[in-house]
This record gives sequence, structure tokens and C-alpha cells, in this order.
Amino acid sequence: MLRKKMNYFPDEVIEHVFDFITSHKDRNAVSLVCKSWYKIERMSRQRVFIGNCYAISPERVIARFPELKSLTLKGKPHFADFSLVPQDWGGILYPWIEAFAKRRVGLEELRLKRMVVSDESLELLSRSFGNFKALVLVSCEGFTTDGLAAVAANCRSLRELDLQENEVEDHKGNWISRFPESCTSLVSLNFACLKGDINLAALEKLVARSPNLKSLRLNRAVPLDVLQKILMRAPQLVDLGIGSFVHDPASDAYNKLKATILRCKSIRSLSGFLEVTPRCLQAIHPICHNLTSLNLSYAPGIHGNDLIKLIQHCRKLERLWILDCIGDKGLGVVASTCKELQELRVFPSDLQGGGNAAVTEEGLVAISAGCPKLHSLLYFCYQMTNAALITVAKNCSNFTRFRLCTLDPVKPDPVTMRPLDEGFGAIVQSCKRLRRLSLSGLLTDQVFLYIGMYAEQLEMLSIAFAGNSDKGMLYVLNGCKKLRKLEIRDCPFGDTALLTDVGKYETMRSLWMSSCEVTLGGCQTLAEDRPMLNVEIINEDGQIDFSADEKQKVGKMYLYRSLVGPRKDAPAFVRTL
Amino acid sequence: MQGGLGLLGVGGSGSANELTFSKVEKEYDHHPAESDELELGLGLSLGGGGSGKSKGSAWGECGRILTAKDFPSAVSGTKRAADSVSHEGGSPPSISQVVGWPPIRAYRMNSLVSQAKAPRSEEEKVGSEKEKSKDTLKKKICNGNKTNNMFNEKGHLGFVKVNMDGLPIGRKVDLNAHACYETLAQTLEEMFFASPTSINSIVSGAEKKDSSTKSSKLLDGSSEFVLTYEDKEGDWMLVGDVPWGMFLSSVRRLRIMRTSEANGLGPRFQERNEKPRAKPV
Repeated sequence: MLRKKMNYFPDEVIEHVFDFITSHKDRNAVSLVCKSWYKIERMSRQRVFIGNCYAISPERVIARFPELKSLTLKGKPHFADFSLVPQDWGGILYPWIEAFAKRRVGLEELRLKRMVVSDESLELLSRSFGNFKALVLVSCEGFTTDGLAAVAANCRSLRELDLQENEVEDHKGNWISRFPESCTSLVSLNFACLKGDINLAALEKLVARSPNLKSLRLNRAVPLDVLQKILMRAPQLVDLGIGSFVHDPASDAYNKLKATILRCKSIRSLSGFLEVTPRCLQAIHPICHNLTSLNLSYAPGIHGNDLIKLIQHCRKLERLWILDCIGDKGLGVVASTCKELQELRVFPSDLQGGGNAAVTEEGLVAISAGCPKLHSLLYFCYQMTNAALITVAKNCSNFTRFRLCTLDPVKPDPVTMRPLDEGFGAIVQSCKRLRRLSLSGLLTDQVFLYIGMYAEQLEMLSIAFAGNSDKGMLYVLNGCKKLRKLEIRDCPFGDTALLTDVGKYETMRSLWMSSCEVTLGGCQTLAEDRPMLNVEIINEDGQIDFSADEKQKVGKMYLYRSLVGPRKDAPAFVRTL
Repeated sequence: MQGGLGLLGVGGSGSANELTFSKVEKEYDHHPAESDELELGLGLSLGGGGSGKSKGSAWGECGRILTAKDFPSAVSGTKRAADSVSHEGGSPPSISQVVGWPPIRAYRMNSLVSQAKAPRSEEEKVGSEKEKSKDTLKKKICNGNKTNNMFNEKGHLGFVKVNMDGLPIGRKVDLNAHACYETLAQTLEEMFFASPTSINSIVSGAEKKDSSTKSSKLLDGSSEFVLTYEDKEGDWMLVGDVPWGMFLSSVRRLRIMRTSEANGLGPRFQERNEKPRAKPV
């Protein structure tokens, strides 16, 4: 009966209902209900998310979603972030821009992660989409400030230019002066990752004519006195990234800044401090009580007491990114101060093995006890114990993201000398909503048994230097029904694990295995059995002879499901089986 | 507490701060693990040296311990952190030599590397006595400086060009390796005045100093040359007037200028060197 009634609704009504359905997952689900819903949904979808740019072609995306306005694209596999993927592997933007331009897609927003973005693609982008509003580049490479200049100059309605942790070749800072006088629409500008100088006068003028500017993140080339002038022009800022915070605390310029900051009552998010005179931090204290987000992970210049003094003012903090020089004691202060904390990331500050700066399990336990709302964690630590993890699991069962990294990847529990299986087991058992997990420390197959048993919502799992046998990987593949991304390095998992359930990979986005036990033969078998999978072997040092012994171990394998078969832009060292 | 040796139940402690996992021998036992009963007291089987890339599966009764040999060396685009510092001869490589570990985004790693070029920490022990005293000296000089040593977080672009009047070929110096003007000046003096192979034919004999001279003639005005720098606005300024950190944030390049050409600067007085510092012995 109900179904009949639904059919009486004209399409416009159903479309209007669909307007309220915004998540990609829900939209995808809706499109599977029936043909008519598929059609309505696809004609009305404006935001498209593509987690793997090689899973589909731009032409097919346009064909299905002609009204597309916002595109999110991800390119290289996650482990590319850690230099495990060679330079020219792929993830190239240009063909997408070319195709979209050709079909006159009304593109307004482009969000990219781990893609290779050339200046040509930025130039083409800037000239092809008259209504282009937002460009967000995360962990991308391949472009220079010339490309940014083109975007600045040609995108008349630009609202958002957000560059996060990209490798950009800096050809001087004049790109910022390419924003025309008529450009007054900027809401968000983030160029913190640029290394070179910037035209400070042009920057000031740009800020002055951008009344809607809410988010501004400066690079280290912007000194404190210019910061003060900028803040005078933009007291409405909600998110501020400070470049250089170096000055003589006794100077007039500094006192001016102190006064100016008091006017910035809307700042809720603070980051940067790429260069800092710790004694100048007092100027920031007055706005700390309103902060919900604080990122000091690029500020190694702030140490110990200054850090603690700052944090003691931040009672409303929900997100904190920090370096491990805060120490366990500092984390104790966070635990007693930041009761609203939801996300914590503690990054290593000293990679040369000095245990002094690092945090240990103590800091994490303190946080778990003090911050009941914590659900997202990235924690680089010197050591971890099972007891601590068990306590953390008891204190915080809300984790959706739990990533733990011991600096020594195979470090056991230093108290008992046992592997960390039980600790992580407790985490997965307690945190029923866990979607992302990264493991480290000494680990056996046992931890994977736990993960397979308990981690029902797990979507992404990262494993390194863990396990004893194929059983480990099999526990995970059999148990984690919602698994989408699995990345494994340096584990003793081989062909048996790889081939036991080949259908599983079609339910996942991708699988990465490097320095494991899989052989060429195993990969070939898989590729033959599943034509919908691209099984790529990355053979950068030419070690693999594809015509020879199939028992050769494969150094790096990346497989992903795709609707369009092997990609045509693969470099010579990538072989799709 | 270190991971590797401790795992074996071996009493040795080594130095507490070292992460020694990479040093310990790997067990290449291919039997799958039997029980979960861990007998860590058993010594690590010393069977098997490595065959290069083979990982071996078993962990057996002992920990999975890997040597640096196990990690494929042929990974291009490897961005390794700054070279590990030897604490003493033959010390284990730092964890940063494991490719891709710790798993930090390359961009962040590069930033960290450049910060790591900051003044050397106190734990560093350098081989020769002379270097040792030089280091202590450096610290002594720099500690007299009121400014925080953490000032020079300039980021990865620590190298700036240095040109000297009369020399067609310039040099580059890493500003991140210094915490104050004195050590910078000493380094420059060594670069341009002390080395017998440097092109200093035009430098008068009186200017040649031996490297054991501690006072920086470039800074105190007693030399034929002065040290100047071009700042972000393109102006040429005398080095030494502003706090070190402020200098770092505005310097673009350096020039060792003839005093006679430094118009209006005149001879520098001792008082110009305003920061109180113990004169090195």
C-alpha cells in the first residue's frame, strides 16, 4: 500500500525530500531503491565524493551526475603520505578538469587529497568554471604559486582557497596581488604551507576588502606587526593561523598587538605559531577561553611551561593538536582543563630517538580519565602498556577513531614484556562505534582475532610490523564486515590470506600490502579471478621479473575496485596484472 | 626502557634513551606460532642471517624484531629525517631510518627535519676534545644570549647566501645551525678567512686569522669587513642590532662588506655589541 502511495508524488516532491539527504552514503542508498529514485537522485545530486580517482572516469561521473557542482577526489593511497609510494605513481588531476571543462560542468567546489595538481590544471580550472567558489587542496603536490596566481586572478567568485600541507614550489609571493580589486567575496584563505615570501601590502589590502573573511591562516613570512594590522582589519575572524609570532615583548608593536587581539572576540580556532617568541604568547591568553580548536603541532618553539600556561586558559577546547614535548604532565593539565575535548592528536617532536620529549601511556590514561567526550585520537608515544589501554577502553568507550603509534614499531608492553594484543583487544571490544584503527607495538595474530570478533563498525585499518601468520589477516577479512580500506606493511601475510576470500575486495575501496609475503603468482591469481579489481604491482627498482618465477615476493601491491579497468596513466614501474 | 634488548629478557640496559629495535637480530623461523604462551625468557634464535627482503613469518616465542636490512632500501622519494646523531661510536641508527616510520606525513616530517637543524642539544657528545670544547663554547656564548634558544625555528629554509666583497663566488650558511650572532660570525670567518684553500687573495694578510681565535672580528668592527644582511624589505642592515630571532625572521641574505663601503656606519664601537656575554677563554 505504502509503495503505491509513494508513486503518486510527483518527482519534484521526491527531489525536495532528497534535498534533506546530504550524506553520500545515504544518497547512494536512496539511488538503489528503484529506477525512478535512481533517476531523481542522480539528476539532483550536486555533491559527489570519489574516494579513489581511479575507480571511475570523469566522463562517467558527468554522465551520471550532470548537475554536479562540488567534487571531492582522492588520489594516491594513504601510505603515500609516508613516502611508501614512488613519486610518479599517479593521481593526476588534469584529465578531470579537462573533461569537466569540455562538458561545461558547472563546477563550483573542488576538494582534493593526495593528488598531483599541475599549474596547467589550475589555470584551466580558473578559466573554465565561471562560478568557481572553493578550492581545497590537502597533501597535494605538483603546482607552484603561478597556479595559485591563476586561480586568484580568474576566479571571480572565489570564496575559499584552502591549502593544507601541500608541497608547493614557491615562485615569490606575488600571487596574492593577483586577486582583483573587485574580489571581495573571500571567506576562507589558508596559505600556511607556503614557504616563500608573500606580498604583505597586497595581503593587507585583500583582507581589508574581504568583509566576509572568517578563516585566515598565514605562513611564516607574515611577521607579527603585519599580523596586527591584519587583525585590525578583520576582527570578525573565527579561525586564525599565525605565521610568525616573533617580537620583542617590550616593544610598541607587541603592545599594539595585545590590544588588537582583544578586539577579536570571535576567534574560536587558532593554529600556526610557525616561529614564536614564547614570552609573546601572553597576548593570546585573553582569547583562549573561547577557543574550541587549537593546533600547535607546528610550533616546536613553544615548550613546557608556556604550553601549559596557554592550555590552562582553554577550557572550551574540543580539538587539540600538539607536539609530544607537552609531556605526560602537560597532558595531565589538558585532562584537568579541557573537559570538552573530543579530538586529540599528539605528534612526535624529536625523531632521533630521544625519549625525553615523548609521551607515554601515562599521558593517555590521564586524558581518558579527564575527557569523557574524547572520540578521536592520534597518539605518537614512546611506549604503551596493556594495562593502560585497558583503562583507556574502560574510561572512553566512544572512540570512533583510534590511532596509536609507538615510536618503536615493535615495542612490547615494557612492564610485562608482552605484546599489546590484550590492550588493543580491550579497545575494540569497548568501543563499539570504532570506524578507524591504527595499531603499533608488538602484536601477534591474537590482536587480529579480537579485531575480527569485535570491531563491527571498522572501516579502515592500518597495520605495520604485526602478526605471525596468515591467520591474522584472515581474522580481519572474515570478521570486519564494514571494512573499506586495509593497509598493511611489513607483516607475514601471504597468498593464503590474500586469496581466501577474493570477493571481499569488491566490497572494499582498496587494499595495500607492502613488504609482506604475497607472491607474484598469488597476485596474478587474484587479478585473473576478479576483473573488477585493478591489482597494481609497484616495481620501482625493477626487482620483479614478470615473466619469471611466480614465487617472487611482491614488494608493493595496491589493489582497488574499479568500474573502468586498468588505468591508462600508469608509469612504467606500475604493472596492473 | 628499550624495546629490542629488553624483549629478550637480557639484562643489558644500554642507554635508556636509545631505541634499539633495529639493532637486534631477526629470527627467521618459519614455523607458525603455536600457543599464545609467550616465553620471553628464551633467547632469540640466532638462526638465519637475513636473506635480504625475506620477512619470515614467525614470531615464535620471541618478539618480531627487525633489522634495518629487512626494510626495502629501494624506495624512491624517501624522505628521511636528519641524519641520526651518533651518541657514541657504533650506536644504533635512529628510528627515523625506517622508511615511512613513524607514520608522519612527509610535509610534517620535512618541517620537523628543518627544526632539527636547530642548535645542538646538550646530550650530544662529539668525538674530539677540540670539537667538544667548541661546542661547549658555542653553548656558553649562546646561553649568555637572553633570547630563547628555540628562537631559530625558521623552518626548512635555513640556508642563506653569503657573498663577500671582492669574491665572485659566494657561499651558503645554514642559519638554523646557530642560535646567536657569535657562532654565525665565527662560522663565516672560518669560511672566508681561515681556510687556506679559500679564494682570499685579495684579503690582506693581516686579516687572516687562525681558527682558534674566538672573538668575532666581523661583529666588533675591528676587521676590514663588516657583516651585513638584506632584510625582507630589501634594505641592507648591519648584523647584530636586533634580537637573534627577529634577525632570523627578516634576513634574506648576507654580505660581508668592506667597512669603507659601509657608508655612514663608521668604525664600530665595542659597546655596539650590546648583549652581555662571557668572553670565551
